[in-house]
Parts: sequence; structure tokens; C-alpha cells
Amino acid sequence: MRDWLQPHRIILALIGVALVLWCATQMRWDWLPKYAPMMAEGIWRTVWLLVLSSLLGMALAIPLGLAQAAGPWVLAAPARAFCTVIRGTPLLLQIWLLYYGLGSLFPQFPWIRESDLWPILRQAWPYALLALTLSFAGYEGEVMRGAFRSVPRGQLEAARAMGMPRLKILTRIWLPQAVRNVLPTLGGETVLQMKATPLVATITVVEIYAVSSRVRQDTFIIYEPLLLLAVVYMALAGLIVLLFRWIERTGPQTRPAGR
Amino acid sequence: MTEAAPAPSRSAAPEAIRVTGLRKSFGPLEVLKGVDLTAHEGDVIAVIGGSGSGKSTMLRCINFLETPSAGTITIAGEPVRQRPDGTAADRRQIERIRQSLGMVFQQFNLWTHKTVLDNLIEVPVHVLHQPKAEATDRAMSLLARVGLADKAHSYPAFLSGGQQQRAAIARALCMEPKAMLFDEPTSALDPELVGEVLAVIRALAAEGRTMILVTHEMKFAREVASHVMFLAGGLVEEEGPPDRLFGAPQSPRLQQFLRSVG
Ligand SMILES: Nc1ncnc2c1ncn2[C@@H]1O[C@H](COP(=O)(O)OP(=O)(O)OP(=O)(O)O)[C@@H](O)[C@H]1O
Ligand SMILES: [Mg+2]
Repeated sequence: MRDWLQPHRIILALIGVALVLWCATQMRWDWLPKYAPMMAEGIWRTVWLLVLSSLLGMALAIPLGLAQAAGPWVLAAPARAFCTVIRGTPLLLQIWLLYYGLGSLFPQFPWIRESDLWPILRQAWPYALLALTLSFAGYEGEVMRGAFRSVPRGQLEAARAMGMPRLKILTRIWLPQAVRNVLPTLGGETVLQMKATPLVATITVVEIYAVSSRVRQDTFIIYEPLLLLAVVYMALAGLIVLLFRWIERTGPQTRPAGR
Repeated sequence: MTEAAPAPSRSAAPEAIRVTGLRKSFGPLEVLKGVDLTAHEGDVIAVIGGSGSGKSTMLRCINFLETPSAGTITIAGEPVRQRPDGTAADRRQIERIRQSLGMVFQQFNLWTHKTVLDNLIEVPVHVLHQPKAEATDRAMSLLARVGLADKAHSYPAFLSGGQQQRAAIARALCMEPKAMLFDEPTSALDPELVGEVLAVIRALAAEGRTMILVTHEMKFAREVASHVMFLAGGLVEEEGPPDRLFGAPQSPRLQQFLRSVG
């Protein structure tokens, strides 16, 4: 806390406050009340796309990483191919391929069109969610491969020597340590994932980026919506970083502090 | 070559571990070429031999951390069922047998994401489904025995090597094993930490625990062992009571080995 009282910090803070005040008074914000509900909805959509795709992607990344780190080649090779393809192609392309490819393939099957799922499959968000999930899975599958390998063999051997069944070794020794090892990486990757979400605006999913574009088109105001957009993304990134710091702090301490 | 069969004076207690005709190759490298070993209950068998003579390999074949190329392992009268390729045929059986053989490694191998106490009760509680309170009581008294009562809630990274190894021994004991397998338990330790670990092992020997101890500590082996095996060239070159093996070694290789380790 004391650190904040140093002169250069105080000056920087004052400049920051002045900047915010200037933005608030000198720029045009009269459109805000009208678009606020829409923006809230957009933020909400961005957040759940991010949370769901990260969780589902991670759930896929674990078997993908495990298959590559320890699986027989019939599992390792396809997992490796998947990660390579996902990481080697632009996310925008994946989104479009899923939306325009799958999205135009599905209606050709009457049983899909008549199923209860059709009202959902007709919308854009399932394809956005799927593309973001697969993308996250591809990157994190590679990360998890390294994470599984980084757990010292001796610790797994000790578990084996004590008669732990294989699944127990995985869930209680191997996976927890692998995930713990990549928590710092994972935080950064989640921020990257967040910054990839605006791409789904290209297939008509109205998340926060799409809303700000909409404001610009409607009102011809350019900077203000973009500025607000930047603030929103920074706030989300901050939340993600805090969340991961908190998870890291609450977990077991694997090395003495300060080392 | 191989010395005469074990002296008849050895224990008449029930057999704890019997190894017969154990062979093990890694690719073209034949590490074990037919090793026999019998440990009766209460025996302390010290296994000595040069680096690369296959001591660890033999120990690891006993609980099937390595798959024997040939030979059989019998634990407390129960042969480990094997497939034709040598691997354990019955997962349940081998898991049960491993639970009855407490293994202690050179590198301790504590689970670094769990506290010392959680290391001890992990398998009793989460695999054997013992009541947590009961396992915790047992773990705490074991930790007190090895002098680590105050470290129960520490993570392994905060312990010295000697403390980690004592915790690893307590973890093995917490399974209430029928026999213990030690693979050079003090080789990774700074010299000043060796004593505290040997003291724990000495106490275990004194209370009549069955153990097989691979070690480079010749003085210690002579002191605690009831029987010593010298491995060389993939075979048991010489074996017998410690006084005879260390006092009057017969084979030239053992004589030379003992000279080289001082
Ligand atoms: N997994 C393995 N793959 C290939 N070779 C191995 C493997 N494990 C051991 N070996 C080889 O088998 C031989 C015996 O190894 P082992 O570890 O059993 O020796 P040791 O008697 O325990 O030696 P030390 O005293 O150095 O621990 C060595 O030449 C070693 O290189
Ligand atoms: Mg060894």
C-alpha cells in the first residue's frame, strides 16, 4: 500500500484521472443510455461464450494431451493431427467452415430438420461455441501434452508401487499436478481466447464487439464505442488474471515461497 | 561361481517373498540371468553389488514395476499370475500385492501436491477406503515415530532430503505392508542426513520387519542384515550371513568389490 504514495505513482494516477475526466466530459456519450441494455446483453454473450468454450475445450484438451503424452499411437496420432490442424489454421476459417459448412449440410437431412434440436442448430451460436471450443482444445491439448510429461515419473511410479489403480493415479496424482503446472500458462491462454471471441461476430453472433459495431453504424460515432469496448475487454482480462491468481494461491504450495 | 545354497540355519518362519529363476533383459542387454531369493518373515536381506549390476532391476521385478523376462515371484505363498509375455495377468492381484509391499525409492518420490499427512493417507483412504479418522491416527503416530509429527501439514518441498525420505518410509508403513523394499534409500542424501534415515530403518529391522534392502552402505548392511546377497554379472555371485560375506568373502569379485568400496 505504501508503494502507492511515491511521487511518480501519484503523478501517473493524476494523469489517469484527468484522462478519464476528459473522456467523460469532452467525448460524446449521449448514445449510452439507449444502447446500454444491448451492450449488457453483448457482454453477457461474450462472457458465456468464453466460459463455456474454455471449460468444454479444457475437457477435450485433457484427453488430447494424455493421448499424446502416454497413449498408444492409434490415439496419439489422431490427437496430434487434430492439434496441428487447429493450431495451423486461422480461427476465422474454422468458424466459417463450421458455420457455412456444417450449417448448410444439416438442413439437407430431413431427420435433423425435424428433430427437436433444429431450432437450436438453425442459430449461429452453436457453431460459434463449437469453433471456439475446438480451437481452445487444440491449443490446450498441446499444452496438456507437455504438462502430463512434466510430472516426475518417480511420483507416478510411487503410486503404482503402492497399488493404486491406473484411473486413480490419473485423477489423483497425474492430472492434478499437470493442471497445477500449467495454471500460469492457462491464465494467459484464457485471455487470448477472450480476445478471439470477436471473430464470432462475423457469423451474426451479437456479442459485445458486434454491439459496438452496431453503435458505430447507427450513430456514426467512431471512437467512443471502441474506447468503451477496449475498457470492457481489459476489465474481463483483469478478472481472468485475478481468477487464476486466486486459484494458484489457494492450491498446494509446491515450492517454498520466494524461490 | 554361485555359492552353495542358503545355509539351513536360516529362519523357519513362513516365506514372505520368493523369487525363482528371475531373468530380465532390456533389449539386447541381459541384466539378470537367473536370480533366486527367499525372504522369510523377519528376514532383512541386504543386496549389494556394483553399479549397473541389476540390484534395482531385481527389486522392481518383485512388485512388477518391471516385467520379468522369465521367472516367478511368490508373495506370502501366493504366486503372481503372469501372462505368457511375463506381465502380471491379474490387475487386481498385482495391485493387492503391491499394497502389501512397501517400496521406498532413492528419490523419495513423495507427491509434491499433497501435504505429508495426505501423502500417508492417500492410498489407505482413497484406494483401500479405510475411515479417514482411523488412517489419520495411524499416519500421525507413524510420523511421530520417524520424528516428523510437526511436519504433517507441510508440503514435501519444504522438507530436507532426510525428512522427505523419512516421510516416504512412513508413507510405505501406513499401508501396513507385509514386507518392505528399499532401493538405496540414502544414496540421494547429503552425508549428514544419512544417519537419521538409517536410524529409522534400523528400528524397523529391530522390530522384526521383513525387508529387502539394496544399499551401498556396507557397514549398515553388515549391522542390520540377516542375510546378504552379492549381485554380479546378472547372477548371485555370493550370499550368506553378513559376518561371513564381509568377514571372509570367497569369490574374487566380491573381494575386489569390498576393497573398492572401502
Ligand atoms: N528401463 C531400462 N531400460 C534399459 N536399460 C535399463 C533400464 N533400467 C535399467 N537398465 C540397465 O540395466 C542395468 C542394471 O540397472 P540397475 O538400475 O538395476 O542397476 P543397479 O544395480 O541398481 O545400479 P546402481 O547401483 O547404479 O543403482 C544397467 O546397465 C541399466 O543401464
Ligand atoms: Mg539402482
